[in-house]
Amino acid sequence: MSAIGSFYSSIKPGSSSDVSERAKLSEIDASMKWPALLFLVSAALWLLAGTFFAMVTAIKMTNPAYLADVEWLTFGHIRSAHLNAVIYGWSFNAAFAVGLWIMARLCHSRIRHTAILMVAGCFWNIGVSIGIFGIFAGDMTSVEWLEMPTYITPLIAFAFALIGVWAVIAFRFRQSSPVYVSQWYILAAIFWFPWLYSIAQIMILFEPARGTVQALTNWWYAHNLVGLWLTPIGLASAYYFIPKVLGVPIHSYYLSFIGFWALAFFSSWAGASHLIGGPVPAWVISVGVVASVMMILPVVVTAMNHHMTVRGRWNQVWISPTLRFVVFGAISYTLVSVTGAAMALRQVSEITHFTHFTVGHTHQGVYAFFTMIMFGAVYYIMPRLLEREWPSAMLIRTHFWCCASGITLMIVSLMVGGWIQGTQMIALKPVPVVVTENAATPTNAEQPKASTEQVTTTATSATHSAAVQTAPDQEVKLLPKYEFIEVVRNTIPWLHLRSMSGILLMVGHLAFAINFFWMAVKPKEQRDREGKPTLLVEENTQSVSAK
Amino acid sequence: MKNLPIIFCGIFFILAFSWVGVILSTHSQFGSLQPTSSQLLNAETLEPVDGMNYTDAQAKVVPAVNNLDDVQYPMALVGKAQRGREAYISLGCLYCHSQQVRRKGFGSDFERNWGSRQSVPRDYIRQERVLLGSMRTGPDLMTIGQRNIDESWYLLNLYNPQINSEGSNMPPYAFLFEKHKIDPLLGPSPKALKLPAKYAIESGYEVLPTERAEALVAYLLSLKLDYELPEAKFSQ
Repeated sequence: MSAIGSFYSSIKPGSSSDVSERAKLSEIDASMKWPALLFLVSAALWLLAGTFFAMVTAIKMTNPAYLADVEWLTFGHIRSAHLNAVIYGWSFNAAFAVGLWIMARLCHSRIRHTAILMVAGCFWNIGVSIGIFGIFAGDMTSVEWLEMPTYITPLIAFAFALIGVWAVIAFRFRQSSPVYVSQWYILAAIFWFPWLYSIAQIMILFEPARGTVQALTNWWYAHNLVGLWLTPIGLASAYYFIPKVLGVPIHSYYLSFIGFWALAFFSSWAGASHLIGGPVPAWVISVGVVASVMMILPVVVTAMNHHMTVRGRWNQVWISPTLRFVVFGAISYTLVSVTGAAMALRQVSEITHFTHFTVGHTHQGVYAFFTMIMFGAVYYIMPRLLEREWPSAMLIRTHFWCCASGITLMIVSLMVGGWIQGTQMIALKPVPVVVTENAATPTNAEQPKASTEQVTTTATSATHSAAVQTAPDQEVKLLPKYEFIEVVRNTIPWLHLRSMSGILLMVGHLAFAINFFWMAVKPKEQRDREGKPTLLVEENTQSVSAK
Repeated sequence: MKNLPIIFCGIFFILAFSWVGVILSTHSQFGSLQPTSSQLLNAETLEPVDGMNYTDAQAKVVPAVNNLDDVQYPMALVGKAQRGREAYISLGCLYCHSQQVRRKGFGSDFERNWGSRQSVPRDYIRQERVLLGSMRTGPDLMTIGQRNIDESWYLLNLYNPQINSEGSNMPPYAFLFEKHKIDPLLGPSPKALKLPAKYAIESGYEVLPTERAEALVAYLLSLKLDYELPEAKFSQ
């Protein structure tokens, strides 16, 4: 128990009565102030840009003529600009700020030479800006999750290297000896991303591998960008903030140990499951399917650990802005991984592959899980950087409710719509066809096989013919039950619903941005000097996040 | 956790393991595939061998060689179609159109006439950037050049997809076309789009495809899977 006890105090010095301990933490926070603010402000601006691109994309999906004459804003461009703005703009900046801040705090080490870190931050954001400009200008690579043109690769690789090195330096200068699971996650993620990124850049763009090895590399990268970069940073935050705000140790150190290694082991192999049915060797897909299904293990372990930590303290979760978001994200982690495991099954993939279901799944992972946890982290970190409180609890509540309901609506509409799209796409119906012997060469170019018999459809494709009398010269052929265009038309109502969910998210993000920038510029008030945190349930006087 | 070096080894080897497993081993498995004739020959007797079957009746392994009289597949993309492929990449067509055919019985690719056989790794070896795609907001394009050979259909479809398929949510690519005044001496250009009455523009003007639109159509027309490979025969 003594180990747990010492570990407990090591992660929770903020509420200890030790004044020198708290002074030290304030010093660490102060050393991180400008770099963290740079990353958070960039993240917030990218979030707004990404949301705007997303809205235009969503409208274009249902009203294709919208802004169609502007080549810069054609669907392929704006959709890719959205993805890259929210991934490389919002997610990475938020991850840098939160990851470095947690690392510095857990290591009890000040961040040194912050000017260099800020130069790296500027390089990163300039790189991403040029990259997104390049996408609009038509220099897009059309490699999923790597759309930004190759001329920005050196810039953002260099920026990432500097940022990563700074996190490692903070770790090297750590004052506290026990290493907490959040630190593992952050260190591992900082090591994994450059590897993934450089392999993907080299094997797909600079020295392209032959044929569909590229596709495997692409999905190895894209899956692991979420699984081995965003997920570790998100989980590191959940593991840090849940015990921190509640003021209790994490339920089980050993469960977090299993969760970490199982995530690393299985997630790194799961990418190939995105290519089920595709032109790659069956064995690599099978391995991907197994790994995806096995992802249930780390997820259940992590979920149990978080749940047992939170159990009995739901009231505190509800009144703390940080925890409300973080716990929403942690629950989503379970849901997204279970969905992912199900989607990797061949029978399910046959339906969901190539449909909007996959888009829903991606948003579940990157938004409902990662982004919500990052919001929670920002609500915790900002008051400690600026030494003032959030100006409006009402805006935080608006933010939470709009984002929580918006992302739920988005996931439901895309998944239900995508499921319907997938089932209609593969649905077949028997149609009687006349077999004429000894027909001339096939006239329809769709049947390149030089067949000796030509088949002619006698029934129109709209006819439902479940019970067809088959004459001797007729045989039954399976044809698609729905024309392709019917399937497309049937998705439109669901895409409208998705656009509505986008409006909710946009309102939520505006509430967040107003609160964020208002806080950054407002003068200090009496309340800030007292360090009275902004809580979501006013009447509850219970001290939640003691500073 | 005290054994930091062990943790770092673990972090390193876990990703190294998956990199070797997923990427390097598939690369060594099929990363050096070459174009081939549809029918391989027994190297000794020059008799055709069945598929990728390298063994003869006595279960003796015989080397199979390309039939040098035959065309080697897949064929390379040339000229205009290659430029069209660049437009396809730069406009992001891939985000709604996949280029892969799943095997008969898995999905409805076969029944939709999207291909007579499954697409296999060798079909993609000539492509400097593989455009498999992961969405089918629009139909698969692996064999579009076989399904439709009418160039004007493609041009109309790019100009305004509603002309060919009403209710589609494909965006119009009218910016790939130019509106010109009809030359009073020469009359309408033979390249001018034949727009249906509903979509007609003001009289005295015509819509001409730009070089990019024509290249894009040339690329789409080149997308075919009308050849067999030793490892992939047409499904019945």
